[in-house]
Parts: sequence; structure tokens; C-alpha cells
Amino acid sequence: MEHYTMNLTLKVWRQKNSQEKGRFETYQVKNISSEMSFLEMFDVLNEELIREGKEPIAFDHDCREGICGMCSMYINGKPHGPWHANTTCQLHMRAYKDGDTIVVEPWRANAFPVVKDLVVDRSSFDRIIQAGGYISVNTGNAVDANAIPIEKDKADNAFAAAACIGCGACVAACKNSSAMLFLSAKVSHLALLPQGGPERKSRVLNMVAQMDREGFGACTNTGACEAVCPKEISITNIARLNAEYIGAGLVVE
Amino acid sequence: MLNSKIPAGPLDQKWTEFKGHCKLVNPANKRKLEVIVVGTGLAGASAAASLGELGYKVKAFCFQDSPRRAHSIAAQGGINAAKNYQNDGDSVFRLFYDTIKGGDYRAREANVHRLAEVSVNIIDQCVAQGVPFAREYGGLLSNRSFGGTQVQRTFYAAGQTGQQLLIGAYQALERQIALGNVAMYNRHEMLDVVKIDGKARGIIVRNLVSGKLERHFGHAVLLCSGGYGNVFYLSTNAMGSNVTAAWKAHRKGAYFGNPCFTQIHPTCIPVSGDHQSKLTLMSESLRNDGRIWVPKKQNDTRRPNEIPEEERDYYLERRYPAFGNLVPRDVASRAAKERCDAGYGVGSSRQAVYLDYADAIQRYGKAEVNKRNIQGATADQITQLGKDVVKEKYGNLFDMYEKITGENPYEVPMRIYPAVHYTMGGLWVDYELMTSVPGLYALGEANFSDHGANRLGASALMQGLADGYFVIPYTIGNYLADEIRTPAIPTDHPAFVEAEKEVADRINQLMSIKGSQTVESFHKRLGKIMWDKCGMARSEEGLKQAIEEIRQLKKEFWSDVRIPGSVTEMNPELDKANRVADFIELGELMCIDALDRRESCGGHFREESQTEEGEALRDDANFSYVAAWEYAGEHNWNLHKEELNFDVAKPTQRSYK
Repeated sequence: MEHYTMNLTLKVWRQKNSQEKGRFETYQVKNISSEMSFLEMFDVLNEELIREGKEPIAFDHDCREGICGMCSMYINGKPHGPWHANTTCQLHMRAYKDGDTIVVEPWRANAFPVVKDLVVDRSSFDRIIQAGGYISVNTGNAVDANAIPIEKDKADNAFAAAACIGCGACVAACKNSSAMLFLSAKVSHLALLPQGGPERKSRVLNMVAQMDREGFGACTNTGACEAVCPKEISITNIARLNAEYIGAGLVVE
Repeated sequence: MLNSKIPAGPLDQKWTEFKGHCKLVNPANKRKLEVIVVGTGLAGASAAASLGELGYKVKAFCFQDSPRRAHSIAAQGGINAAKNYQNDGDSVFRLFYDTIKGGDYRAREANVHRLAEVSVNIIDQCVAQGVPFAREYGGLLSNRSFGGTQVQRTFYAAGQTGQQLLIGAYQALERQIALGNVAMYNRHEMLDVVKIDGKARGIIVRNLVSGKLERHFGHAVLLCSGGYGNVFYLSTNAMGSNVTAAWKAHRKGAYFGNPCFTQIHPTCIPVSGDHQSKLTLMSESLRNDGRIWVPKKQNDTRRPNEIPEEERDYYLERRYPAFGNLVPRDVASRAAKERCDAGYGVGSSRQAVYLDYADAIQRYGKAEVNKRNIQGATADQITQLGKDVVKEKYGNLFDMYEKITGENPYEVPMRIYPAVHYTMGGLWVDYELMTSVPGLYALGEANFSDHGANRLGASALMQGLADGYFVIPYTIGNYLADEIRTPAIPTDHPAFVEAEKEVADRINQLMSIKGSQTVESFHKRLGKIMWDKCGMARSEEGLKQAIEEIRQLKKEFWSDVRIPGSVTEMNPELDKANRVADFIELGELMCIDALDRRESCGGHFREESQTEEGEALRDDANFSYVAAWEYAGEHNWNLHKEELNFDVAKPTQRSYK
């Protein structure tokens, strides 16, 4: 693979805190290697800003391996940038060429208020899980792990749904800021497994109610969420969620 | 002096004995007892959830925006358990023995045996929570093998086992939060322990959004804050992983155990340049099927596919025929370094070896052809079928490699090199996981107790969950039973006021330096000193130099660091400065410990102590102890030794040949 360096123009959303109004600032970054990750390019810019006596850009990041779900940049109009099935931290600069302009914004959704610059508050996701995204089993209650055989296909599908990293790209991509893909992934993960059976109905009703309370929008099946999901969570999970929801609504007392 | 409180009796009865006789706290009293949990990885989330279920009033803290982000989430390969589902001769004893041996006889027998015992409960618990482990077509759980063992005891969920286990623990934790048993504090960082009458009674934290300092009381404090691999700057740890919580505890009287025991993982993606901010692990499970090699010729610049079979040196298979590519991590890492140092490295940096899947793809392809009874399969067909199998097993790892390097590992061998991955050292704890400060506990990677001088693959997840789900719920009662008469101490107590003031003063001092160098640049320099002189090979001369250099670096840091912004706002540079200041102090102690341990064992390789074949040479007569360091002021530590007794697993020279 040929490596190269590039100069870029960045337009980055700056916002001091949740109260103040934000604005775009323009920065020039030079001699960026194609081998760098996108966040390493931000590291370079931040080091430069600090040396110039300016405030570095705040952004969320942690594992830089695409699994913790903390990074969250909206890059040129797409959550996590141009690559398919990818997180911002795994985006590498060979995706760009010399002279490119890159616009970077935080996730935009009412339920994800901006904390600072590119950092948003995603605690609404935690509260959706609190509403029922679990199996109620206290430590020590379990039977032998192989006492419950589970069809491989079902286990695989449950795993595919459970692979969600809770980053919120689905919400950021959705014109309605809907959290249906996130919610459906958790409902599917647990509904597909026999262990999730006893709480199946209350879980889906309570989680959907919490999603609505948090101010997420409705789903219109556009599919933008699925297109940007770094873990390729399938939109069929939303169909399953709807079926679960209707089923639960029909039989509830 | 050091009392490890190991229960009497035969090894395999100690835990049963302890559980049968430890003190209990009745449910009405549990409601009055408050427990603080710092960190929400596998150890912290499982402990907070389990203690909440028991009825204690729990407060949990994490510096990330959600407890689900903790770095346990990035663990790839799997979790060990002595289930013997494969009928291949596994048992609690074998898991115990493999762990002791793998740790090069520097771990405490009683703790390790307990770990092996509860391993089976962990798998049951996780499955009950809905953790989607890999399964066979019959619907039962699948296993794979890992380095340093000859049985298949590793449970896994593709290459995302840590994620799935953490989400299980996170969900249990969120359930307790919803029930009101646990109060969760996201984006909060612990900056000190509060001690009253010699006991840990709370913590001082910084709200990372507002910048405000807060005081929190607890009858007991649990540190589940992970390891300190980021002292090397470049490691496979998350960017935020830090030693600060453990280090503050150390400065307040908790001894630090075996700080120099660091695990360098053999299979990571090599460094690509000075901009590198972290390193990425390629799971050890890849060594199950991949073959590691370098060219037989020095400085060979041909592409890997141009090097014929007979000109390749499969050096692990050559040196260690019994275990081959599955030798423990420390052995594999040193072997890679040896080849690269001798001039056989590959890639543009020459600091890499190949991990090759060509053979595995063919082997799996042929097996699929047989399974599906395909007549006259073409070579392309076999290769494709083989790639499909490899994709199912390791797909996410291969994708990750391609994203980072731009190379397709299904077509060309991966380039790998060792990188800092895990720290076996940590806060010294007794059998009950209590540090040398009463009421202060350390769980998971933050403690030193179970892995000796080298951790086996798939054992970190096991230990984190063992400590949180199955050990602390019993051992903490043994302490809290005597605390039921202690009412909650108001946080205007002078000890809280003083601790908060110390933290505030230190932050103000950092902010007032207004120097010229960034925090990041100091961290990088510290990392380079540590990697060069306290990394895969250590010598007396190098370590002495490192100690001097670190002391110098500390002076420079405290006189010339530049931190932008202010204290009363979100300020990631200030957070980082707090952490790097602690890493610098820890770095010095690691070098002192490494210098003091004049033997090689596990991941600690002293150049002065090796066999003729270049293998690590232990010195049991002089160093069969845990080095527990007591902080005694600036640049000063007192060494306490906990003798290690091996009643069951008699120490032998480790051999994987």
C-alpha cells in the first residue's frame, strides 16, 4: 500500500458548553500521513492548538478499536465518516486526499444534547436499557450453562443484535432522530433467547415508552440507521421489535 | 507484617471453608451500609450489580459517558472455565495448575484455586443473563483453545467476548440502577481516597463535565479501575485507561504488588509512525489457526508470497514443538523480539513478524468440501470455503486489521509485533481482596493476585467476573459485619474537607505551571523510557538509567507542562495531566521493582538471568515472594515481602518444548 501525506481544511463545530451557542471554526492541518487514524489527525491538530495557546477541541473517544462506542463524530454529513461499517476511531486518513475539506459536527438529536464541542450526552440510551434491557437474574441463580440448548441460528442472530455498541450513529443519521435501531437490537437480542422469554412483553412495552419519554423521534423505515451502523445491525430487528410490540400490546391485561 | 489471610485447610477446601465461616450481614443492615465502586468494567459492573442485588447501597463511578464503555469491552478472545464440556481432561485442578505454571510460580495458590473453582459459575451466570456465547449446531456451547494450555476450555463470542460479557454485567448493573439500589456517576474520576481512623471511608471525585470536586462517603471502597499499561504510552489499553485511582490509594497506604509484572502481548498490529496514539491487539485466538514465521534470510525484502515454503522459519514451531504457536504470551513475545533484533524482522520497520492464515484456509476449505460432500472441488472453491470458515471465526479481527493497515489478511499474511497489553501487578490484596488499608478493596486487573508474572489468555475476563460476581459478595460481608454500628459519616467531616483541599491544591498547582510542553509530549517521553528500559528485556544498567530519567522527567513536568482551559469546565487536557503525573510516579516504582527482582520470571525478563537457550531463568531460592511496596514519600518506598508457598503445584522450570 502506497503511503502519502496531505494538507486539509477542517471545519469543526465549537461549542463551549450546553448553554452557549456553537459555531464552526476553520483549521488548516498540514503533513497528515495517510497511515494516521482520523482521531490521530485530531490529536495532531489539538497539540498544535495547545502550543498556540488556544483551546483544543473536545471529542469523545476511548478504546480506538471500534468497540467501546464512545467516539461520535458526524463527518461530512455522515456519522462516523465515509467508510462502511466503521467507527470514527477506525477511519484512517487514506480515505482522504490532499486539499480535501472535512466538516465535523457532533451527533445532532434533541435526546443527545451537546456537552462541549463534539461531545454529546447519550445517557438517554442508558435509561432505555434501565427500562427493561436485561434479564432479571440475580447472581447465583443460574442453572448449568448447557442445561438450555439454543439453536445455533437463534444464538447467532441474538449475537448479531447484541453486537450493538450503543454509539448513537443510528440516531444521528435518522432525519427523525429515532432510536429504533438501538432499541430493536436490545429487544431482539433478548427476545431471540429462551432466557429472555419471561419478561418479553413488559420489556418491549417499557423500553418503547422510555424511548418516547426521552424525546427520540418515530421510525419511518428510511433505513439511514442501518446504512451507517458500524456493527451492521440489521433493520429487520426493527420489524421484530414492531412484531414484539404489537404482540405484547394485544395480550397485555 | 503482611497478612494474606489465607484460610487454613487443604487447598481445594479453603474457599468452601471460608464461605462456611465468614461473617454475614443481615438484610436490614445491608440497607444501611454504603459501598463505593470505582470503575465499571467486568470487575466493577459485576460487583456493583451483585452488591446491589444483595441490598447494599451502592454508588458506582466511571470516567466514561456510560458504564458500558469500560475497556473490558475490547477483550476479544474469550473466557476460561473448567467446565470440561469437551471431555478432554479439563478440571478445576488443571485450570488452577495451568494458571500457576503460566504465571511462572509467582501467584498465590489459594487465590488461583478459588478462581478456578468459581470459573464454572461465571459461565452459568453469563448464559442466564443472555450472553450469546458461540454454540455448536446441537445448541450447546462451543469452546476453543488458547495459549499455554492443552485443553479447550475457552468460551467465546466471535472476537467480541469482552463486549458480550460486559454488556451482560452492564445490563445487570442498569437493572440495579433502575431499582434504586445503585446510584451511577458517569463522567466522574476518582482523585483521592478518604481515610478516617485508618479505614477507607470515601472518595473525592471530579465531575468531568462541570469540573467540580465532590465528596462521597462509603463504609467500604472498591477499586475496580483496571490496569496501568498506559504507563508505556503505547499499549492496547483504551486512551482513558489510567492508574490514578490505584495510585491515589497507594499514596494513602495501600501497598503496590509486583508493579514490574507487565504483559507484552505477542500479536498486535505494529507501530506505523510517530503519530501512533495506541496499539491494537489481534486476539491470541488467532494463534490457534495462524502460523507465525519470518524469512530464514536476514533483511529479506521480498513480499511474503514470494518467499517459498522452505525459506520460511516457523520459529515457534521450531523452538517449542510441544506447544508450537500456542506457547504462553511472554514466551511468544520474546521469541518475536529475538528474531527481529537478529535482523529477520519484516515490513518497512523490520519490527514485525508474519502471522499467516494460508494453511488454515486450505485446511478448513478441505474440511468443508468433505462435510458438504462436494465432488471434484476446484482449488478456488476450496480456498473460498476456507475463507468463509475463517471469516466466521475471526471475521471482525480480520476486518479490523484491514481497516488499520489497508492490507487484506485473507490474501497476505498479517504483520504483527508484541505490545503492552496487561499488567499482572497491581494493588496488593489479601485473600478477601482487601488492600493494606482496611475497608479498601481492589478487584480485577487493579489487584495483583491471580496471574503471577504472566497471565494466560482468556483469564483476565475470568478473574474480573470471579472477583465481582462470586468473591467480593462473600468477603465484603466479613468486613462490613463489624461496621453495622457505624452510621454514614457526613461529608463535612474534617477528613473529607482536607482530602478535597489536597486534590484542589494539586489541580491548581498543575494549572498554574503554564509551561511550554503539552501533557501528551510528556506521556510519550515517559512511554519511550519505559518501553526501552523496562519493556520486554530489562537490565540493571538500563533500569538505573530509567529511574534517573524518570525523576528528571517528573521535575520537568511539574515546571513546564502546559494545560489549556480552566478548572471549572470540561477539560480533557487537565484530566490527562492528572493521570500522566501519576504514571510518572508509577514508572519510577516499576523500574525500582524490576531492578530489585534480579531474576527472570514470566513477563519480567532480566537479561542477567537467562538459560543458555535464552529462556527466562527463575531464582526460587531468592525471589519466591510478592514484592509489596509501601509508599514512603517522594521517591521513597519500603519493600514488604509476602513469601509464596507452593504446597500443591511444585515449582519447576517452565517448559513448553
